[in-house]
Amino acid sequence: MTAYVIRRFLYAIPIALGVAVIIFSLVHIAPGDPLSALVPADAPSSVVERLRRDYGMDRPVPAQFVLWLGRTLSGDLGVSIATGRPVAGELTRAVANTLLLAVCASLIGFPLGILLGGVAGYFNGRAIDRIATATAITGVSVPHYWLGMLLVIVFSVELNLLPAMGMGPGGSSAWSWDWTHLRHLVLPAVTLSVIPMGIVTRTVRATVAEIMNEDFVEALRAKGMRESQVVRHVAKNAAPTALAVIGLQLGYLLGGSILVEVVFAWPGTGFMLNTAIIRRDLPLLQGTILVLSMFFVLVNLLVDILQTMLDPRMQRA
Amino acid sequence: MAEPTGATALGTPADDTVPRRTSPRGYWTNVAKRLRRDKLTLFFALLLALVFLSAIFAPWLAPADPYATSMLKRLTPIGTPGYPLGADELGRDMLTRLLYGGRLSLLMGILPVVNATVAGCILGLIAGFFGGRVNMAIMRAMDVFYAFPSVLLAIAIAGALGAGVVNTIVSLTVVFIPPITRITESVTTRIRKQDFVEAARATGAGNLSLIRVHVLGNVLAPVLIYASSLVSISIILAAGLSFLGLGATPPEPEWGLMLNTLRDAIFVSPWVAVVPGVMIFITSMSFNMLSDGLRHAMDVRM
Repeated sequence: MTAYVIRRFLYAIPIALGVAVIIFSLVHIAPGDPLSALVPADAPSSVVERLRRDYGMDRPVPAQFVLWLGRTLSGDLGVSIATGRPVAGELTRAVANTLLLAVCASLIGFPLGILLGGVAGYFNGRAIDRIATATAITGVSVPHYWLGMLLVIVFSVELNLLPAMGMGPGGSSAWSWDWTHLRHLVLPAVTLSVIPMGIVTRTVRATVAEIMNEDFVEALRAKGMRESQVVRHVAKNAAPTALAVIGLQLGYLLGGSILVEVVFAWPGTGFMLNTAIIRRDLPLLQGTILVLSMFFVLVNLLVDILQTMLDPRMQRA
Repeated sequence: MAEPTGATALGTPADDTVPRRTSPRGYWTNVAKRLRRDKLTLFFALLLALVFLSAIFAPWLAPADPYATSMLKRLTPIGTPGYPLGADELGRDMLTRLLYGGRLSLLMGILPVVNATVAGCILGLIAGFFGGRVNMAIMRAMDVFYAFPSVLLAIAIAGALGAGVVNTIVSLTVVFIPPITRITESVTTRIRKQDFVEAARATGAGNLSLIRVHVLGNVLAPVLIYASSLVSISIILAAGLSFLGLGATPPEPEWGLMLNTLRDAIFVSPWVAVVPGVMIFITSMSFNMLSDGLRHAMDVRM
């Protein structure tokens, strides 16, 4: 097991490096001189040349990558063009806000998905299975940004029950655990939970239905085991697959919340990405995507290790 | 994963009595029979056909000019005479723009999956068929792209390239290549190790004809089914990129962009603002149901 964990960690290093290469090249696939994004159009050419030297952009691309990687590893993600402040500082609060939203969406979506999927798989083919499956398909088919708008219209515009945007009264972004703040969390969290709910339902349903067809379930029943105990055995066998899909979805929530954050003006990483896109603030775009994707690599790593602990048969490279 | 079609008798016991060489035709007859019985899938197929036809024939069906603005008619509510679905924030007829909008939305949703299927199939076949180092190189590269959540990768590439229909298609294509390559590779690897491929090689078949005749036929069904399940996500993501201002550019009619520009109007004329989303929802739902139905009918398991 220890050997596996070490191997899995070592394997994550080239992946993380590859991710860094892709993110580094984002600036280079962007149209125009990468420097033109950093300096105003009317800057004198001497200033541009000095900046080019300072940023190491007069060197060959591989050397630039090493420079950039070194700066990034030491926590320097560059300076936002729009605000002039360091990207790393801007990101800290945004990441915390996105995590808050993602965790709350998980707390709604995952239990619901496991419940729906488990019930549907257990009662495979019956009416309750069809209802759960229909719910799941609707969940994965609905454009979540549109669902967010619908919820705003129903609960904010028409019923005037919940706030439509922001994460606190008066657009403040200071969080505290009371009802005035939690009210702001309800709609975005529900909106964000719909996709993982649908995906978890579908995966758990398929897994449970497959396990229910296996001989050992028949054998357990044949030897007279109570149905509640049989369910326990099935659940235990379905757990690793359920965990894997949940882990992946948690990672997706971090990156996938951008559209929901934009709809609800939730001041997280997604909202920040949107700002970066509108203002063509490439350092901010790069930094945000780097942090989010490293989170995703880490989550994947943890899920793989946890999954192997639950089911040692799964040991893979 | 799917059973290789050439090597198994499918479904009914009667299949065992017919000679093996007719089994491919028997397979497709079975698929068609199962599809005909699946009313739900047929319903969504019909719905999708209507969406396509309305987009294709938009110039003949639309009651108005999709670009004609009118300050007087701004945010006309649904059901107003002459404006069955209301008018948008610039007074353009919503029904007209919905019909025209399908053209870009469908194109931006479907083309990336088509591109990625071609590219992913080629990469996966090469990786799976030749194995060894070639496989290593291709699949490890794909692993790197897997390390991004798909939405984030699409936004990263589109965000760097800038707004535009072509840029959206390019970025979504990149997003969908890795999963398709992975599926193709795993099926190809399994097929390559089967006896009938070895037998064909022993009779002197070259690599190209082995791939074309024996591997491709067995790989295509699961890959196409998988690709069809991606179209729904692709439609949502493409419209989502436009919603962020990265896809289609104003004044082009496109469902995601329409949602974006109407977003500010939800406090004034809420129900007009959600209309374009209904189209995205219907299209993506239909593709999902169709993909599920096809998977069931073709008896493909992943």
